[in-house]
Amino acid sequence: MKGMRNMADNTRAEPTAPHTKARHPHRERAIAHAVESWVGVFRRKLSAGELSWLPVVLVLAAVWITFQALNENFLSPRNLSNLSVDIVGTGLIAVGIVFVLLLGELDLSVGSISGLAAAVFAVLNVNNGVPEWLALIIAVFAGTVTGAVQGFSFAKTRVPAFVVTLAGLLTWNGLMLYILGTSGTVNLDENGLVAKLTSHYFTNDAAAYGLATVGAGMVFLVSYQNRRRRRAVGMPHRSLGGIAVRAGGVAVIAFAAAYLLNRFQGLPLALLIFLVVVAGLDIALRHTHYGRQVYALGGGVEAARRASLSVTRVQTAVLAVSGTMAAVGGLFLASRITSVSTGSGSGVLLLNAIAAAVIGGTSLFGGRGTTWSAVLGILVIQSIASGMAITDTPVAVQFIITGGVLFAAVVIDSLSRHSQEAHGRA
Amino acid sequence: MPAPPLLALHGVCKRFGVVEVLSDIELKIHAGQVVALLGDNGAGKSTLVKAISGVAPADKGVIKWEGRPVHIKRPHDARDLGIATVYQDLALCGNLDVVGNLFLGREIRRFGFLDEVEMERRTRHLLERLTRGIPDLRAPVVSLSSGQRQTVAIARSLLGDPRVLLLDEPTAALGFEQTTEVLDLVDHLRDRGVGVLLISHNMGDVKALADRAAVLRLGRNNGFFDVNTASQEQIISAVTGATENVPRRMAPQETGW
Ligand SMILES: Nc1ncnc2c1ncn2[C@@H]1O[C@H](COP(=O)(O)OP(=O)(O)O)[C@@H](O)[C@H]1O
Ligand SMILES: [Mg+2]
Repeated sequence: MKGMRNMADNTRAEPTAPHTKARHPHRERAIAHAVESWVGVFRRKLSAGELSWLPVVLVLAAVWITFQALNENFLSPRNLSNLSVDIVGTGLIAVGIVFVLLLGELDLSVGSISGLAAAVFAVLNVNNGVPEWLALIIAVFAGTVTGAVQGFSFAKTRVPAFVVTLAGLLTWNGLMLYILGTSGTVNLDENGLVAKLTSHYFTNDAAAYGLATVGAGMVFLVSYQNRRRRRAVGMPHRSLGGIAVRAGGVAVIAFAAAYLLNRFQGLPLALLIFLVVVAGLDIALRHTHYGRQVYALGGGVEAARRASLSVTRVQTAVLAVSGTMAAVGGLFLASRITSVSTGSGSGVLLLNAIAAAVIGGTSLFGGRGTTWSAVLGILVIQSIASGMAITDTPVAVQFIITGGVLFAAVVIDSLSRHSQEAHGRA
Repeated sequence: MPAPPLLALHGVCKRFGVVEVLSDIELKIHAGQVVALLGDNGAGKSTLVKAISGVAPADKGVIKWEGRPVHIKRPHDARDLGIATVYQDLALCGNLDVVGNLFLGREIRRFGFLDEVEMERRTRHLLERLTRGIPDLRAPVVSLSSGQRQTVAIARSLLGDPRVLLLDEPTAALGFEQTTEVLDLVDHLRDRGVGVLLISHNMGDVKALADRAAVLRLGRNNGFFDVNTASQEQIISAVTGATENVPRRMAPQETGW
């Protein structure tokens, strides 16, 4: 906070400013203003959904505490480790959904695409002897292409994406059934590459701790580097304490998770891949030109167009991303049960993926959210499912509770949107 | 022979369905000149701005840039020529912050990633030139006041050092002090050789600032005035339609432009 005040002064005292002298009497007012704006920033963050992870973290804590009270095995290393693998398939699909939600659109085809990709892999590899790596690439690419086709149709026809992808849902599901043909169910190689995706663990303790160290270290280094650059040019920056708290918080969570995972079988490969993908796509969304365009389209297609953005290209790319993520997620889901059947990618998968993104804090109205919300959301959903299973609660109750959480998330999303706009009118 | 105007329109037409919103529009903007575009609500002023900025390209007519015919089919084309626009509806992305809006579509990159520090520094610099009350640069613009949003839109238009600036009612949401700041800025830009098309309903501002006034009425030209010599009554009666000026395409030498 002290830094902020100094900054307000510094910018005013900048030698390039022609009216330095004249502004001097305003210094006290400037300081008061800076403090005021700092309080404002916090309130803004609270209402503007920048702290949108807060409610979902509270919900997650409540879910964990409740189930731990009901059954002491819930927070056991074994259960948490299984949970961390169970979230990956649907979680990856939810990451793709986040991209589409950022546009203010919905992709209903991700379930079908995930099933299609799994079927493509199974039929190529198991039935036709194509090498696993090649079949894997083709399966993922199939997801990218189907997504891109839908994206291009959506962009060109201007039919809402949920309609285009509803047609896709049927089409890709039909295509999957056609590919699987009479075989119905295909069992994957238990020791193959795809099976390993969810069955391999890095049993060496160093792996989980190493990942935790790298994660927390990156957070610290990036924040610190950012602070240095901002300080060098005299701009408001985080205090060292703030950076330490932030990196420290990440470190505590990461090392606690690593400790638990190591008490079971170590770091699951699936979790490692999930976290790397989520972090990578988060950087792509929030720190690259491409990602900025995605957010801009969510803020207003017409405004983006007038800023010379290529709307068609971005819309196509976003649906291609969600198709790709659906295919990857589908392979992880197939890996978990080492088989692909006509039922792959159907059922509640689609709904869970969408619910995960929304529960995690990505706005249904577009333009707000990060890939990390998919992680938080799927954790909540899968924790409820796991807790229900462990306590022998009927599935009906699980649906009702998940539905309630989803409803609460939507209400919070809507409220925070209104509070932002009300703020603007003031 | 004098230098050709920076921007000239000849016979520009624009239809929406069966409605002809602009017919045979003539307009010229010279470097270092402020041209006021006047007209009643619905006269077609905003449509003309969008035709020039490539948002809703003209159906017919010629647009010349420094005497050469150019094609403006997309916002990109206008921007590449050096035309910047403040739209009446501002066209900001509400969810992006001030910095994000200013640099939308021309982000500064460092090692391939967005250089937020540099963009924020330049944003602050630009806004300090423009106004005293700088908004929170990291707040989503939807949470700013309408005056602040207008300031952001104006700042954005200045970013690429445009040669022609189209301002569609840029002071509509501003208070007295901010309006003065914007008008001072326009004055300053004129001195630096920028050509400005200013749409405003405030005759006082037009009189004080503009060199020329072009009047639109029902989608047609309804007179060109030298603001220094024409009386306010003359201009207003052209706006309201009390006088019908310039029935058809007008020879350039007549007006001395
Ligand atoms: N996209 C559009 N489709 C149909 N009619 C339009 C469209 N945009 C503007 N118009 C019509 O064109 C006329 C001129 O509008 P506009 O240029 O906004 O006027 P002004 O800015 O001078 O008030 C109005 O009658 C308006 O209804
Ligand atoms: Mg208008």
